[in-house]
Amino acid sequence: MQNTKHLKDESREQMNIVVIGHVDHGKSTVIGRLLADTDSLPEGKLEDVKAMCSYNARPFEYAFLLDALKDEQAQGITIDSARCFFKSAKREYIIIDAPGHIEFLKNMISGAARAEAGLLVIDAKEGVQENSRRHGYLLNMLGIKQVVVLVNKMDLVDYSEDAYRQVEQQYREFLNQIGTSPRAFIPVSARDGVNIAQNSSETPWFEGLSVLDALDSFEKEPLPVDLPLRLPVQDVYKFTEEGDDRRIVAGRIETGTLNIEDEVIFLPSGKRTKVKSIEGFNVKAQNTTKAGQSTGITLEKQIYVTSGELMCKVSQEQVSVGTHLKVNVFWMGRQPMVKGKRYKLKLGTARVPVWLRDIVTVLDASELTTDSNRQQIERHDVAECVLETLKPIAFDLNTNIAQTGRFVVIDNYEIAGGGVVLEGLQKQKDMTTERVEQREKNWERSRITPVNRANRYSQRSTLVLISGPAGVGKKQLAKALEEDLFNSGRLVYYLGLANRELSFESDIDVNNYRDEQIKRLGEVSHLFTDAGLILITTISGLDNYELDIIKQLNQPNDCRVINIGENIFTNSQIDLQLDEMTDTADALRQIRELLAEKKYIIEYYL
Amino acid sequence: MDHLEELESQSVFIFREAYRSFKDLVMLWSIGKDSTVLLWLARKAFFGHVPFPLMHIDTCFKIPKMIEYRDRFALEWKLNLIVGKNETALERKETFPDGNLTRIQCCSSLKSEALKHTLSGEWPRWIINHKTGKYDRHENGKPFTGVIVGARSDEEGSRSKERYFSPRDQHNDWDVGDQPPELWNQFKTDFAPGTHVRIHPLLDWTELNIWEYIDRENIPIVDLYFDHGQGRRYRSLGCSPCTTPVESTAKNTKEIIEELRSGKFANIAERSGRQQDKEDGAGLETLRRSGYM
Repeated sequence: MQNTKHLKDESREQMNIVVIGHVDHGKSTVIGRLLADTDSLPEGKLEDVKAMCSYNARPFEYAFLLDALKDEQAQGITIDSARCFFKSAKREYIIIDAPGHIEFLKNMISGAARAEAGLLVIDAKEGVQENSRRHGYLLNMLGIKQVVVLVNKMDLVDYSEDAYRQVEQQYREFLNQIGTSPRAFIPVSARDGVNIAQNSSETPWFEGLSVLDALDSFEKEPLPVDLPLRLPVQDVYKFTEEGDDRRIVAGRIETGTLNIEDEVIFLPSGKRTKVKSIEGFNVKAQNTTKAGQSTGITLEKQIYVTSGELMCKVSQEQVSVGTHLKVNVFWMGRQPMVKGKRYKLKLGTARVPVWLRDIVTVLDASELTTDSNRQQIERHDVAECVLETLKPIAFDLNTNIAQTGRFVVIDNYEIAGGGVVLEGLQKQKDMTTERVEQREKNWERSRITPVNRANRYSQRSTLVLISGPAGVGKKQLAKALEEDLFNSGRLVYYLGLANRELSFESDIDVNNYRDEQIKRLGEVSHLFTDAGLILITTISGLDNYELDIIKQLNQPNDCRVINIGENIFTNSQIDLQLDEMTDTADALRQIRELLAEKKYIIEYYL
Repeated sequence: MDHLEELESQSVFIFREAYRSFKDLVMLWSIGKDSTVLLWLARKAFFGHVPFPLMHIDTCFKIPKMIEYRDRFALEWKLNLIVGKNETALERKETFPDGNLTRIQCCSSLKSEALKHTLSGEWPRWIINHKTGKYDRHENGKPFTGVIVGARSDEEGSRSKERYFSPRDQHNDWDVGDQPPELWNQFKTDFAPGTHVRIHPLLDWTELNIWEYIDRENIPIVDLYFDHGQGRRYRSLGCSPCTTPVESTAKNTKEIIEELRSGKFANIAERSGRQQDKEDGAGLETLRRSGYM
């Protein structure tokens, strides 16, 4: 709708509201009425639509005011959360019309997720329908606390109080079951404008507020500045090429406040430092920033942090970190959510592979019964389930801090599910461990044992993984090491990055690239080391968890890590740290010493 | 936080999500007030830098002052500016001003087609050279997969259906009826090969917000928007044959804001001076589906 021109003063308070309900229960009519009765339409719009209706010999409907798109009129249903505006004495409302048709649930959710308050419309004659329940459930899950239920089309039941009470009671019972309750119920007739902008004599038995007054009774939710600090790291910028040496950690503060000198911790990595400065463009120097602001900071210590981590204050309650989450999920995907398939979880700014491990119950919105025996989550289902992430992630429980306690799930490039975190579960056996156990159990072993091989080859097999940032000379060192070991009679193979990409990595889907690359490298390393070889390979930008996964997949065989340059690992994870400037001969000497000391190169085999 | 601060924060957040998610990112710059605010917001998001190229589709019928302004700030702000155009149509004079096409056909050819093929890299790109101040012609550019656009949802009916991150298929088609869900500031940042994404950081802004922000941030804007004593100014900028000034004596940002709030434009659509909208009832909708912004 393009009626914004009519809004005179945008310094007034604004509130986003969503109007939802079962298809044909009258959402668009309610909105059309609100626009017309608050005099919020552009000049001549109402007359235009009325004229068009009489020209086409159709009875005028308030819902037509919303039909901004040809498509929509053709289909006779609202297909998206169109935005329009109306005003009351108190504030301006940005009204998000969310489609009630089940096919458009994802549009309804997109609309409702932006709202601060909701109007849920139920047809007095048809009563509570499947989507009335589903929408009630979703509003609750989306975190919308200020909800008014409109029992619409009261004209069709002759403004009968009994009919109204019946719907009210039925819906209240449902909401009680899911642990929520609306602010009010209002009997209305959107068509006739009853109890919309003001109370009407048609319902003398009703003593509550009109819809407009009920909306005006809502409060703007204050920015969550009083909660503990949560700053999901969106990115780390360094625009060195443009002569800017600041290393800026950027992100939006979801909750809390942040001051310079604050001691902060990044999770899941656990790195700590202090805030040195708060950065901005075309702004005065700031010492403090708070919830709602997209900000950037520099840190006192040069620590390695990446996008996806969550920054908290050391002095405050911190986020939980884990891989197993009990959650509520609503599923919008075309394909059901199934066990054993890799999805992507986006929580805060973290993006990690995730699997559905267990379905606790699935809620049937049409009957409001639960089913505990389901093997998959179908489209439009709401389910309580357990998810496992590939790497630990930082999260809050939705009931504590909603902003960092909710997530979406990506399936095949699309946002297919949304959910809230109910509980962090104790670390259970993870998928990689399970996989390795299965593999080792069923591995077909030949008559040649690892000891036979070690005796014959005068060496014990191991993976030598050379890590470090790009451009520090990993490849040169790897090739020199292969040559050096080969010349001293060892069975050694250098597996180049390019060769990995050309062979067993060539078919990896771009969106899963990194994780799949790590997994396959682990599996292929296991084959080479199983064959008794010393395998040398290089990898850039490896993080702690990725390193652990490679090591785990290479088990029961050994892995030795040589890191060049910036070291982001713990001491127990790496075996040798080399300076970028170390010359090759010196590096080779140190690696040979390490391999001899750990008895891979057996000089005097007895 | 006031409303403008909220809008700014959301736009900056969207910019950073886009920059993080798309390797081949480009931002469209039409020289108008909206995309200039967009450019300013990019500098906000990246602390004074614009870490991706800008693209201007030049129909070669733009008001000359627009091009002067473009070149001046591209150099001053060290922007990596790419210019694209429909060379063939211009050479063959297949345009509305040459009398060979309708306005809508002309828009479609000089803007939509030029945009599509310049984005994909099939057509040449003219890239600014900061040493010479001129544009160098480049062939065989790589396709852009993320395109940042300054569309606002209040501008026109079809735009109220947009998402912040809105996918387009390989034919640049926009499936209005089947858009990805967007919730809790989680956007569509995964995409199949061959598709690309339009990113709309200004979706929630109104025309008035744009002017209030220009005023608050003191953003240099092309002065065609202001009256220079003739009692006329442009409210919306486009090609000279199809854009007419409106009657107005607003000489600066503050006067424009006043005019929009309470004056004569409070109830008149912003694009009322853009003739192509009038040719077809759903002109913009038709163009938009084919890639025009």
